[in-house]
Amino acid sequence: MAVINLNQSDFEAEVLKAEMPVLVDFYAQWCGPCKMAAPVLDKLSEEFAPKVKIVKIDVDQSRDLAQKYQIMSIPTIVAFKNGQEVARKVGFPGEAGYKAMLEEYIK
Amino acid sequence: MNMPPNTPLNKPSIYDLIIVGAGPAGLTASIYASRYKLTNLVIGKQLGGELVLAHKIENFPGFESVPGPELVQKMGNQVEKLGAKIIYEEVGKIEMGVFKDSTTEFESVFQPASPAGGSRAQDSSQECGKNLSNSLSRPHIFKVYLVGGEWYLARAVIVATGSERRRLGVPGEEELIGRGVSYCTTCDAPFYREKLVGVVGGSDAAVTGAIHAAEFAKRIYLIYRGEQLRAEPIWIEELKKLIEKEKVIVIYKINVKEVLKKSQITNHKSQANGLGDVVGGIRLDNLFNGGDVLELDGLFIEIGGVPGTSLVKPLGVDLIDSGHVRVTDFMATNVVGLFCAGDMVDHSLVMQQAITAMAQGAIAASSAYKYLKGNQAPRILGV
Repeated sequence: MAVINLNQSDFEAEVLKAEMPVLVDFYAQWCGPCKMAAPVLDKLSEEFAPKVKIVKIDVDQSRDLAQKYQIMSIPTIVAFKNGQEVARKVGFPGEAGYKAMLEEYIK
Repeated sequence: MNMPPNTPLNKPSIYDLIIVGAGPAGLTASIYASRYKLTNLVIGKQLGGELVLAHKIENFPGFESVPGPELVQKMGNQVEKLGAKIIYEEVGKIEMGVFKDSTTEFESVFQPASPAGGSRAQDSSQECGKNLSNSLSRPHIFKVYLVGGEWYLARAVIVATGSERRRLGVPGEEELIGRGVSYCTTCDAPFYREKLVGVVGGSDAAVTGAIHAAEFAKRIYLIYRGEQLRAEPIWIEELKKLIEKEKVIVIYKINVKEVLKKSQITNHKSQANGLGDVVGGIRLDNLFNGGDVLELDGLFIEIGGVPGTSLVKPLGVDLIDSGHVRVTDFMATNVVGLFCAGDMVDHSLVMQQAITAMAQGAIAASSAYKYLKGNQAPRILGV
């Protein structure tokens, strides 16, 4: 399952009301580390499907969402479970870092 | 010799060279190594290292003005085009050892010192490293472990792990990372449209960071402990224009004592959504405008880096007092077969620029070639 690009309007249905845990990657087009993170998240999205859904939000397109979730550094990954934030990671920690977060998260 | 068990298919069982670090030094080392026909593998957490964070590079010959990520991508493409693979992972440990007689069983002849071992353990490991290079009858090999446990073997290693961002080390800083405290203006300045932003430092990174942040923020406070900014004159000129427009205010001879939360400034919880507190300001060690608290929405810390030597320290490499690796002019460390280049080496104290790190990477590759083949790297004659 490839990483889906979401916007403000489908955030509620796809993330907050999702049945499975969702990892949201807040990113921007101009962010170097985000570009490095993207292929890693694509790979992990395949690897962890169907246990976890990974989606991404362009903070320039969805500024209200970025503000609501206090995104002040990118990339920031926020993990949601039952509509609630349960974990977040700021910066690009490499594949191993994301993997550790995902494994912890689906326990 | 049989293939070691962990060797990927179609890959050499032992690489000539493993390059740890995918910044400018590491990538250049790989380009040179590939052209010397050394089998080589690059392992690094982030393509381009620190360079990817530069929003605009205007002193790289051949590129009048180029964003860091774009330049870095070109370097990465060149590395791969020449046949080397880049693994985007973190290296957790490097061991030195030999294969047991007539087997493929790796025998570590040098147990890395435990990181918790303190300075005594480190001292003894340095001894061990020195003895090792003299006492081995066979050439040793390096075993490079990824954090996940997977490993690769090489006859020589170039470590170019750059530096880690230096932190202020004041209360509130750690806790508010990603909530207003940032070490990357390029990445995060756009989040501060029409906000008050502090930038700490006085070097190129701090001044260019302030200039970049000024494109978005309402006002920038450049907070510097010294009396005179150390950035390139061309950046200072640009900064002066912003100072005249009152977009940037430079505060000299002052230090940040504490990063304050919004709730500490306004005396009430600013966020009712339960997401936690964000930066509200800083406490200074001196008065500014009659007070020691400066209200801010974001704080960028651009005070340089500390050399990333955690992988090579346990191998017993010599470090100088500042923590940088001591290398010869050929980028050789005191450990035979181990070369270092880039921001982590003592030669970089003169200049920490992509282009100087790249020169060191090229030299390191040439030295590795010489070490591996027992003669000089092929001369590249002019056309």
